Amino acid sequence: MTVDEGIRQQVLEVLTEEFELDPDRLIPSATLYDDLGLDSLDAVDLVVALEKAFSFKLTDEEAVRAVRTVDDLLRLVERTRSGA
Amino acid sequence: MGLKRVVITGRGAVSPFGAGVKALVEGVWQGRSGVRLMEDWRRIRGLKSYLAAPVPDLDPREELPRSLRRTMGDMAVHAALAAREAVVEAGMSDEMLASGRVGTVIGSTTGSPQTYEDFYRMFLPEESIEEVKSGFFFRIMSHSCAANVSLALGIRGEQWAPASACTSAAQAIGLGYLLIGSGRQDAVVCGGADEVHHTVTMVFDVLKAASRRHTEPLATPRPFDRERDGVVCGGGSGVLVLESLDSARSRGAEILAEILGFGQVCDSSHIANPHQDAMAAAMRNAMTEAGIESTGIDYVNAHATGTLQGDSAEAAAIGAVVGRPVPVSSCKGHIGHTLGAAGALESIILLEMLRRQEIIPTLHLDHPDPECAGIDLVREIRPARLETVMKNNFALGGVNAALIFQRRSK
Repeated sequence: MTVDEGIRQQVLEVLTEEFELDPDRLIPSATLYDDLGLDSLDAVDLVVALEKAFSFKLTDEEAVRAVRTVDDLLRLVERTRSGA
Repeated sequence: MGLKRVVITGRGAVSPFGAGVKALVEGVWQGRSGVRLMEDWRRIRGLKSYLAAPVPDLDPREELPRSLRRTMGDMAVHAALAAREAVVEAGMSDEMLASGRVGTVIGSTTGSPQTYEDFYRMFLPEESIEEVKSGFFFRIMSHSCAANVSLALGIRGEQWAPASACTSAAQAIGLGYLLIGSGRQDAVVCGGADEVHHTVTMVFDVLKAASRRHTEPLATPRPFDRERDGVVCGGGSGVLVLESLDSARSRGAEILAEILGFGQVCDSSHIANPHQDAMAAAMRNAMTEAGIESTGIDYVNAHATGTLQGDSAEAAAIGAVVGRPVPVSSCKGHIGHTLGAAGALESIILLEMLRRQEIIPTLHLDHPDPECAGIDLVREIRPARLETVMKNNFALGGVNAALIFQRRSK
């Protein structure tokens, strides 16, 4: 499954703006905690920022906790957007 | 007096003159004012003072990574920049900071008032916390500056945060002195911070104690002047590195001054009105602890904020304690009343006076008020032999603090 390019761009924008990350580091396999250096506080802010950017609610806390990589995140956003 | 002698080995400042001790000292010695008109405050119904001495915009991104900044309001950013400057001047290694023998004591009136405003603007319309970021609490908590500075510098000793408005930094220096004197810590990074915000100026405006000299923002506040009309609030952070004399000597650190005494007296007669007896008692306690007679005080750096009652009460208290026309000036005309930062920023100016052997004047003191007689009000830069000096700070809520510094460690 490929992620919609528009969604991908918007998620990467949230990551670069919210966490001042270099876009070059945002490869699909990059892990949010180990590779990108985010932590538990950032995870809270990531949800807030994504909810604002996409005007949706990430209510499935289990699914949010399961996110490990940039690719996981993109897929979660796409699933949530499509209501799946 | 503690078991250990306590000296000052580092200074850091963010002030209305910008970042750094150098900017602060230059601004003061050039006789400049950091006060300006706050035009956008005119929108606030009932507020009658639109004057402040804010910190100019700074970009802290290079010095403080996002992971640190996310939990910092402006006051914590300023405290972290000042603290870093202070430990660099002290030549303190990362290993020493992390040793557990170094602590942090940094106070402020409250947490970041701008963050409070941002939060309630978001929360109140629909009573929603859905957009609250994780850093919010760490910006508004009363120990925001102490916690964030400890984190930024990797300090692992004791952490304290005296929250007593205008005496926060004076108490922080006093507490640092006690912690080192008692042997609990070898060194303490101590000071205070506060932000310019309309809700802060409002506190004084409600009490009819905020300046309204809007036609001449560069001529107010006017401590000890007969035309003084109240406080102008300022912002920033001052930080000192306090250290035991033994520790400073063993590291070969340059000693800027020794702290000889700290007096602190609670005035329980009124929550807001200044009382000269309590001011005098704080000064006497500091002098007794220092073992200094009144003849040994070469200069007093006054709290004097430019209020009608406060300045005359302090002048009378100093006159009563020192018993001769001792040279006195206030820094408030230059940098406004920096509240939680005042005790530390003004101490840094005082340390520079000790170094230069010069007394700075009270800015805007054109017509000394006869109600403030009995002391030698300094009105221009004056060369002087300064060995032992006193620093006063007083706060709403009845806190009266005095510190005694000596030029070099004998």
